[in-house]
Amino acid sequence: MRVRLRFAKRGKVRFTSHRDVVRLWERALRRAVLPVAYSGGFRPRPKLSFGLALSTGHESVAEYLDVELADGVAAAVDDLPERLSLELPVGIDVLAAAPIEPGHPSLQEQVQTCTWHIEALDLEPLGAQRLVDAALVAEELVVARSRKGREVTDDLRPAVRCVTVVGPTSGGTELEAELAVHPRSVRPAELLAALDPVLAEGRVLRTAQWIWNDGARDEPLPVVVDLGSALPAPLADPSVTRRDHSDVRRPTGGDEGDTRFRQPLCTTASTRGSPVFPP
Amino acid sequence: MSSLWSRLEPLLAQVQKPARYIGCEDGAQTPEHAPHKVAWLLTYPDTYEIGLPNQGLQILYEILNERPDAVAERAYAPWVDLEALLRARGLPLFSVDTHRPAIDFDILAFNVSAELVYTNVLNCIDLAGVPVRAEDRGPEHPLVGAGGHCTYNPEPLADFVDFFVLGDGEEVVSEITERMGEWKAGGRTSGSRQRLLHDLATVAGVYVPSMYEVAYDGARLASVTPRYPDVPERVEKRTIADLGAWPYPKRQLVPLTEVVHDRLNVEVFRGCTRGCRFCQAGMITRPVRERPEAQVRHMVTDGLRRTGYDEVALTSLSTADFSGIERVVADTVADPGNCGQVSVSLPSLRVDAFTVGIAAELQRARRTGLTFAPEAGTWRMRRVINKLIADDDLYGAVESAYSQGWRRMKLYFMTGLPTETDDDTLGIAELARRCVEIGRRHAKGASVTVSVGGFVPKPFTPFQWFGQNTAAELQRKMWLLRDDLRRDRAVAYKWHDPKATLVEGIASRGDRRLGAVIEQVWRNGGTFQEWSEHFDLTLWEDAMAAAGLSIDDVVYRHRDRDEVLAWDHLSAGLHKDFLWQDWRDALDEVGLEDCRWTPCYDCGACTGYSIEHVVASATPPAGGSQGTGQGLALVPVPVAVGSRPSPRAGS
Repeated sequence: MRVRLRFAKRGKVRFTSHRDVVRLWERALRRAVLPVAYSGGFRPRPKLSFGLALSTGHESVAEYLDVELADGVAAAVDDLPERLSLELPVGIDVLAAAPIEPGHPSLQEQVQTCTWHIEALDLEPLGAQRLVDAALVAEELVVARSRKGREVTDDLRPAVRCVTVVGPTSGGTELEAELAVHPRSVRPAELLAALDPVLAEGRVLRTAQWIWNDGARDEPLPVVVDLGSALPAPLADPSVTRRDHSDVRRPTGGDEGDTRFRQPLCTTASTRGSPVFPP
Repeated sequence: MSSLWSRLEPLLAQVQKPARYIGCEDGAQTPEHAPHKVAWLLTYPDTYEIGLPNQGLQILYEILNERPDAVAERAYAPWVDLEALLRARGLPLFSVDTHRPAIDFDILAFNVSAELVYTNVLNCIDLAGVPVRAEDRGPEHPLVGAGGHCTYNPEPLADFVDFFVLGDGEEVVSEITERMGEWKAGGRTSGSRQRLLHDLATVAGVYVPSMYEVAYDGARLASVTPRYPDVPERVEKRTIADLGAWPYPKRQLVPLTEVVHDRLNVEVFRGCTRGCRFCQAGMITRPVRERPEAQVRHMVTDGLRRTGYDEVALTSLSTADFSGIERVVADTVADPGNCGQVSVSLPSLRVDAFTVGIAAELQRARRTGLTFAPEAGTWRMRRVINKLIADDDLYGAVESAYSQGWRRMKLYFMTGLPTETDDDTLGIAELARRCVEIGRRHAKGASVTVSVGGFVPKPFTPFQWFGQNTAAELQRKMWLLRDDLRRDRAVAYKWHDPKATLVEGIASRGDRRLGAVIEQVWRNGGTFQEWSEHFDLTLWEDAMAAAGLSIDDVVYRHRDRDEVLAWDHLSAGLHKDFLWQDWRDALDEVGLEDCRWTPCYDCGACTGYSIEHVVASATPPAGGSQGTGQGLALVPVPVAVGSRPSPRAGS
């Protein structure tokens, strides 16, 4: 049996690396005495499969992990978020859990885009808007990066699904962007470099990973996250945590005044997401 | 001032491995500071990855935080990238628990476990905003303390450290806390710091260098004598009698990021009486004090459940000597609560006590790396250093390991030992080849890794009088081995940089005049000297020359029996006559058996403190070549060579 988990990584713990997160999950699962399946061989490892890696220093409320449980074990998933969060470090909280069918595609196969909130340092919202407007009408957005010691250039334009200016932060301007993960994952810093090479990245928060089907997008495990508090908590409504990944996405969006963050339908540059960084 | 976190946070995005500065470990504490509480900043003067697992620091962290009159937090040396950012912004050294500035603490207490970190100690003091030299500090500054194995010769750091602690810290930290508490309550008035230091100098196990007068006779140290009648002429180390009374750490820290020894560690005994003559740890931590087997089991079971680790190390200076070792390993591996996924590692495993039984138990769980330390390549050389492992014992253990499915093992050796000839050095290569040969009988791809380090004579060992091999001589020996092993593809050969060995030698036995050298190296940017990318011998050579000290004299010269040694005013409990006799025995190639199972030699470690060895088993472990009366002759050992153990009933 496989269980898909969605978790947040916020606060000080964001400075741990992806490898660190893998290891701390292995320890947490053992502490929770969850009957995880192990690989064979000389050095058996628990069968865990992580989705996209999150860069060290970035925060997220949309990290995913598939856990393979030992044969014949049918664990109840209802209490998993609470049970596992207890065993995880402060800042890593499980938001949802759901069983997934055998043979279900992996997270890496499914996820196509991610939504990010990105703080661009030392930038006014008006200046940001001009950069975003220019980028969205550009034919191409060329960035240079070094790959195996060679300088290569990439056109990011096809990978930038949308960018909007959310508003001012204490150190600059908050942007929201949906970036593609195929053929390669575009990093928030690359988007900033494409907007203007002098821009520096401040805080970064991944708010969603998206699976696209016939022009509609859905999250692997949708939850409504309160980004106003330091520790995002899953909704009290248990039907949300129990939802299967294949469920149809619930309608999203809401009044501008709602402090709770909802996945925005991001179609044009004029759509504004709720700010998540302190203004 | 309280937390610096908001100012540190933006910097962490710019440095390598920022997780080492965030704290947040499982087991980390966020103690409440208060004016009546003595605040300790337990500082490891190396990176977080090296310092976090240090068990001594973790033990004191818990003991102090359990006291109502103390708080303890931890700090580690920031790596050079963060240090540069901190200095550029005027930010100080900070604790990782609550990110409090170091100057907010009453004591900066350093754990000093290696000579090459001495310049980092200075750097941490400076980064804390405290004057580097003890004489320049006033009542507003924290006290700087140090403990750990290197403080058995504290003289090189005497200019910079207000007080040193010799030996086990479990009890003495409380006595220091009480003295400090009185000082704080008294308002830290001008002149009171001096009175406090004088007071601390009367606490058993505490050495306050400023309370002692140093005299020289030409280039030689003449004496180190107390300035006041109530300050002891000789500072004795502290020893806890019963390890079972100190079941610490109870909540071992589980780091969020990768560190060395990233596993549960349970100390099964302290002290060692095997009597290896090069080994300072074995000499200064006597007598042997075993932890009760039931407590070991509890600490293993409870620790694994609490931490979620899948590996537990049973630590000591020679774990296979622990009375209940086979049972504890077998039960840990077989515990159904561990789901068969927990592996047991036995660091410091003596070859002669590694039996098929232990090999079989270890390999039932996940197989960990296997490391043996024969230390020398020939039986003659091993008699000199008193590591009495006969060739047959060694090959028996190697056979046991390969027969149980291991395919590679690591072998540790030293070169530059007293009386060593090139035949002894080349014996290392011969021994390695022989191991590969044995391995090939079991597996085609069998291989061994040979690691060779240069020998550094240490205080309070029988070799403290020995003149260290020159760096050039060590290099020649390393290359001799390299050339000899060149054709052996199954032997991987690694060696320790002889230049670093030289600097260890400078700091290991130097006297108080070394302070000027350490300070100059630090001022010229020589931090993180134990990291090869930062190590720079020329900094040390220049500083030695500037201080008018000769490397020949400090490092390479043999000492006479009558010479005043820099640590003669301190005591690890060992009689100097005993050490001298053992040194003469070494030169005569005479071995000395383990006193746990043979009559006492009166080394002084037990009698001086009215304590005794605490050993559960009246008989030595099976397979040992010492203490059984068979050790000094080449006789077969009870290791089933080349045969697999018979399958257990029911398995």
